[in-house]
Amino acid sequence: MLSIFLNGRLVQVPDGISVAAALLGAGVTAFRHSISGEPRAALCGMGICFECRVTIDGRAQQKSCQVTCCEGMKVDTA
Amino acid sequence: MTRVVVVGAGPAGMAAACRASENGAQVTVLDDNPAVGGQIWRGGSSAIWFQRLRKSGAEFLGGSQVVMADARAKTLLVERAEGFRSLPWDKLIVATGSRELFLPFPGWTLPGVMGAGGMQALVKSGLVVKRKTVVVAGSGPLLLAVASYLKSRGARVAAIVEQAPLKRLVGFGTRLLASPGKLVQAAQLQLSLAGVPYRTDCWVEAAEGEGQVRRVLVHGAKPIDCDYLAVGYGLTPNTELASVLGCEVSCDGVRVDRRQQTSVADVYCAGESTGIGGVDLSLVEGEIAGLAAAGRPTEGLTAKRRAARLFAQALADAFALRPELRKLCRPETLVCRCEDVPYQKLAAHSGWREAKLLTRCGMGPCQGRVCGAAAEFLFGWGHTGVRPPVLPARVGSLVVEEETQS
Amino acid sequence: MTVDVVIAGAGIVGAACALELAEAGLKVMVVEWKIPGGGATAAGMGHIVAMDDSEAQFRLTRYSQTLWNELAPRLPEDAEHLPCGSLWVAADEEEMVECRRKLSYYNERGVTAQMLDERQLADAEPRLRRGLAGGLVTPEDSVVYPPCVTRYLLDRAKGLRALLITGKKVIAVRDGLVRLNDGSEISAGAVVNATGAVAPELTPGIDIQPRKGHLVITDRYPGFVRHQLIELGYIRSAHAVGTDSVAFNVQPRSTGQLLIGSSRQLGTFDPATEMPMLSTMLRRAMEYLPELAGVSAIRTWTGFRPATSDSLPLIGPCPGVDRVWLATGHEGLGITTSLATAKVLAAQILQRECAIPVEPYLPGRPC
Repeated sequence: MLSIFLNGRLVQVPDGISVAAALLGAGVTAFRHSISGEPRAALCGMGICFECRVTIDGRAQQKSCQVTCCEGMKVDTA
Repeated sequence: MTRVVVVGAGPAGMAAACRASENGAQVTVLDDNPAVGGQIWRGGSSAIWFQRLRKSGAEFLGGSQVVMADARAKTLLVERAEGFRSLPWDKLIVATGSRELFLPFPGWTLPGVMGAGGMQALVKSGLVVKRKTVVVAGSGPLLLAVASYLKSRGARVAAIVEQAPLKRLVGFGTRLLASPGKLVQAAQLQLSLAGVPYRTDCWVEAAEGEGQVRRVLVHGAKPIDCDYLAVGYGLTPNTELASVLGCEVSCDGVRVDRRQQTSVADVYCAGESTGIGGVDLSLVEGEIAGLAAAGRPTEGLTAKRRAARLFAQALADAFALRPELRKLCRPETLVCRCEDVPYQKLAAHSGWREAKLLTRCGMGPCQGRVCGAAAEFLFGWGHTGVRPPVLPARVGSLVVEEETQS
Repeated sequence: MTVDVVIAGAGIVGAACALELAEAGLKVMVVEWKIPGGGATAAGMGHIVAMDDSEAQFRLTRYSQTLWNELAPRLPEDAEHLPCGSLWVAADEEEMVECRRKLSYYNERGVTAQMLDERQLADAEPRLRRGLAGGLVTPEDSVVYPPCVTRYLLDRAKGLRALLITGKKVIAVRDGLVRLNDGSEISAGAVVNATGAVAPELTPGIDIQPRKGHLVITDRYPGFVRHQLIELGYIRSAHAVGTDSVAFNVQPRSTGQLLIGSSRQLGTFDPATEMPMLSTMLRRAMEYLPELAGVSAIRTWTGFRPATSDSLPLIGPCPGVDRVWLATGHEGLGITTSLATAKVLAAQILQRECAIPVEPYLPGRPC
């Protein structure tokens, strides 16, 4: 298990989990909002739809389905 | 020594890398995922091919995304976590696979609505679905594989909703008698899915819920409450890299000759990106491309490829998408999710290029990967050219240092 | 069929001319080979800027800017008109001198402009690198999304009985008889060549050459920059005939996406994105906005500006060809000057007054 920060909240997640799966597991339904304000979350799971983007360790627009969680990672949804 | 670069480490890429390396080429295989296997073998590739790849001596570069490709200079610009790399090649094998075809319907943008393969990928990457209710919908044998996998992970699969008519599926089923291997696979699937309702001639008409999907409306049946909707209408080839290289591309995939060569010298293509055809076809195409790139004869595999293609064609016929799926959208249903362009705005235009310019559909980060194939199905619009970068890249990566003449 | 005017080319210039002439009561036909607003119109940044490059340039851009500001309230939402202003960035003291010259030039002519010192520049645009000397803000500048504006102008023209033919090309004009590529012929009192960089195909020998430009659009980063940012070296780049050049130019869209430019290459029609040119352009941009390095670029493309030898457009009668007019050669200012171009052209065709002198833009002028 490792610890990450989801929107400032400390959460325990299993080793090797993707950020997207960790978000969903933590009950986050909206990863971001679309141009017209709709809540959005992962769709394709393979990095081509760009719906799962979040800010990771201060870097915006990261595809959470293609990033593996690591200790102390800071994930922020928009 | 011939330098062969293979883009994509799914079945086709792995097979190509093995054959090329075994026949004397210096091979590098790239994939944007951390491990080999592509989508279909994600989280555990075929043991035989994995071992063969390891023994072959080919170098694997994971976490590597091709950003730009120059067919004249014969180099790729590859972005990795630690920076970018310029990768030269003598022969290039494009094995970029396929992605799911998404068709818009009311509520499809709700969180909790994912692709069928998409949901499988997320579960493989750690999404917990124990005791969650999932509806698996869309079209294709992938639905069965996904449903079986989800069930094995503790999900309650409320239904499999397949748009293909029963009689076509039965026809396809009898074809399986000709392929014992596939028959066994089918039987195994059937066992694992005992008790899961499999509705044919059926499709999701809408997903409903506040902020996330809670229920789906199904054609000709009662609404189904669920936690997730895994919906995909088959696969469509990833042809963007080939396009950027200048290869001829049709709506079915990258055009190749009998040695898997594209219209651009020294560029080959194998697997789903030449046309959707399943694992067996991908493997044999990969082998042919690998042999061809290493300058070896490929005739020995032609018959195998022909047989695999026949099966692929039967698959395509059985699961062809029905016209009712074009009528699912309401005027306000979004087609382009990146730019939030609704159906009625798109329907006002006469072609993809014009629609893109005036509505900005397809101009967002996905560059039409989600909405383009949908628009093609909905309106019959053809593709247009692809511009680099192949996938979004950091501005810093697009700056190459001046190279001295090599 | 007989019309008063055939306009070849439905880019923003052709569209503006169509509306102006239709409003004057002429029967107008616009012939577009591909997609209206789909050529250089779609490829550019869509900025509207008063340029002090020369007196004639200033008059045309300033007049046009005024027309844009009048039009802005009527523009549809998809035209994405954003009154973000421009910020000319001075890298060193030499460029600050140039800024002060600009400031007095603008002040004398009633253009709102404000000098910024190093600290004020940093406050106005925090992401610009430290160590820049200052800048000049011109708040009356704005940006639009040109393809949608072009459609709007054409729709208004069509509302005044103008005809829009797409998928056809004007291939020849003789004595008021216009021949299209499908063999059909139209009798016209006047023909306007507004076909941009390929204008010499219809009226050979005119002083127009393609000036290729690269652009990059990024993912959404709202608030990354607040103004259209331009380096003072931009003018030098625009004048650098015969050499490839780049100049820093970044524009925010209302979605928060950034448009990054600019580059110039003369004499090529190759639409491919060229890595070396792109690299040079982006390196220049990162010199001013270092954080661009980490920004996600989602697409690159190219376009061809129609360039003349003296950086002023050709608006007026085509030398040596009866009843044919030119409305092209706008280089990087086509969007800005489209509306004023229509006025300058219409004044000549209709033989009426024009708010600015037309002489500097006449084709066939010595250069």
